[in-house]
Amino acid sequence: MPSHEPSVTPGGREVVVAMREVERHYVMGDSVVRALDGISFEIERGSYWAIMGPSGSGKSTLLNLLGCLDRPTKGAYVLGDEDVARLSDDQLSDVRSRKLGFVFQSFQLIQQLSILENVEVPLFYQGVAPAVSRERARQALARVGLGDRVSHRPNELSGGQQQRAAVARALVNQPIVLLADEPTGNLDSKTAREILDLFDELHQQGSTIILVTHDPGVASRAEWVLRVLDGKVDRVDRGGRARVETGATA
Amino acid sequence: MITAMWRTFHLGLRGVARHGLRSLLTSLGVLFGVASVIAMLAIGEGLSHDVQMRIQALGSNNILVRSLKPPESNSAGAERSRLSVYGLTYQDAERMKQTLPNAQIVVPVRAIYQDARYADRRADSRVVGTVPWFGETNDFKLESGRFVTEVDLQARTPVCVLGATVARELFPLDEPLGKLIKLGTQAFRVVGVMLPRTALTGDDQGTIEDLSRDVYAPLTTVRQYWGEIIVKVSSGSRDMEQVELHQLQVRVTDVKKVEATAAVLKEMLAASHKTKADYEVVVPLSLLRDAEETKKDFNRVLGAIAGISLLIGGIGITNVMLATVTERTREIGIRRALGAKRKHIVAQFLVETVVLAGGGGVLGMSLGWVICVLVPTINPKLHPMPTQESYVLSFVISVVVGIVFGLYPAWRAATMDPVEALRHE
Repeated sequence: MPSHEPSVTPGGREVVVAMREVERHYVMGDSVVRALDGISFEIERGSYWAIMGPSGSGKSTLLNLLGCLDRPTKGAYVLGDEDVARLSDDQLSDVRSRKLGFVFQSFQLIQQLSILENVEVPLFYQGVAPAVSRERARQALARVGLGDRVSHRPNELSGGQQQRAAVARALVNQPIVLLADEPTGNLDSKTAREILDLFDELHQQGSTIILVTHDPGVASRAEWVLRVLDGKVDRVDRGGRARVETGATA
Repeated sequence: MITAMWRTFHLGLRGVARHGLRSLLTSLGVLFGVASVIAMLAIGEGLSHDVQMRIQALGSNNILVRSLKPPESNSAGAERSRLSVYGLTYQDAERMKQTLPNAQIVVPVRAIYQDARYADRRADSRVVGTVPWFGETNDFKLESGRFVTEVDLQARTPVCVLGATVARELFPLDEPLGKLIKLGTQAFRVVGVMLPRTALTGDDQGTIEDLSRDVYAPLTTVRQYWGEIIVKVSSGSRDMEQVELHQLQVRVTDVKKVEATAAVLKEMLAASHKTKADYEVVVPLSLLRDAEETKKDFNRVLGAIAGISLLIGGIGITNVMLATVTERTREIGIRRALGAKRKHIVAQFLVETVVLAGGGGVLGMSLGWVICVLVPTINPKLHPMPTQESYVLSFVISVVVGIVFGLYPAWRAATMDPVEALRHE
């Protein structure tokens, strides 16, 4: 497994996600679609990024690569201290269970399992002992404010609560990066705000967050906004109200 | 490792328990397959056990030689009366005694059909003239009295031992021992009564003969009273037969030498009965071998039927599991995204199919056992004997069916693209 010294930015913070000249091609019949066509950026530990782009821009492909659900055709993807671009399927599974936390638009909780069991799933595949995993899952649920709902089934909870449970599941393995794909897409605006507040809170506690959205309001909560267009980084903006133009890491 | 296996097992078990009715229906194929295998094997085992017991009752050390009436050479209607001479002779008996190696005992038997009468009662019977050592080659028990003795044989005493049926018909109320009865025109004194007795005739069908109408008397007495010629009068024609002995039973000292002795015996008889095929040789040991062969054939056919039913059961499982995999595509996607390796997914679904098939197998084993218990109440002639091996075999096979027929659906589940699976509605 290729190991890399963690890069350090001029600001002095450790880089936990680095994409270098990443390309992802799909073969559709006779033609080759370049979904990603040479993307490079770096994300520092503890930063909060939003990825935006119109449909077909390649942002879903980028998210799949970031989530180690897919492998780049070319280029390097350093997650933490290892290049994961060339790992085998089993190794990628391992990376997902140890280094990544996922929050999906449609929550993606397993309906047949209780909330607690859902949160335990990533630990199950890490081989964490049942007693330990149960305790950690309880703590994660308490952290998102669901400490009293552990034995409920997902469909017994509101959408906001389900998404909180999903956040707890994403946190339970103490990932390097929290990946969120339109986490507020299925929620009403009030609940959406609550979830985004939760993200802010996690960010303040030191989590690295990458959030994919098409909603500028959601993106504006992040520190940085990376815009993807035609498989390339269009530009990187400062998030929040500042919206300062930088070109720094692109 | 053990805990991981247990947790995977538990996960699969939950998958099965999630849809109780569906799981039960899915395992029905294997259930009935296994039940029928257990029941049929047990019934086959029972039948072959019965046959073997009966053949053994003939005596696996014995060789039976019987007189046969050769096929008629001239047309039956041409002569109104004729004499046919055939069958085993006293000379045959003597020659066997003298020359057969390993032949310990030769029992000559002569049978004549005569009415038995006592007072005003009458019973159909067969007078069997034999020797005191008849019991060496035949399995019988006396209810009361004694059998023919050496003294009877020497002195040609007119004594007889009644078969159970004859005794019951002639003496429904009285004590038969010591009474004087008539066999045909001759008077005999009853000295013994036998318990009911049957024997295998020794043909291919395993026919059972009832020997409870036999009346046993000393061979010498029978020979003196009735001579060698038997006259049958039927529909106006007189058939005369001259048969010295109807049966010779040879007891061989060592079971291993039975078949070799039988071969010598056949050659010997072939030499002395050149002109006529008027005898047959029955070797119970060979019958036993044949019966075992038949059982093997039966088991092979059964195995094929069982294989087909388990194949169908397995296909049913594959079918349902494929549907389950499709239905749970999202769950598979979620598990994969959260770190499940392909082998975890394979294990999860494989455990489900193995539990389905193994559970079906266990239920089938129970059902098979119930069938074995119920069969004799429907057909009292059948005595199913379920063997331990059939249970072990059925269980192992059903688990193997689970693995084999679960592999494809599990592989399908494991090789799904996680991204596609997550998007599945």
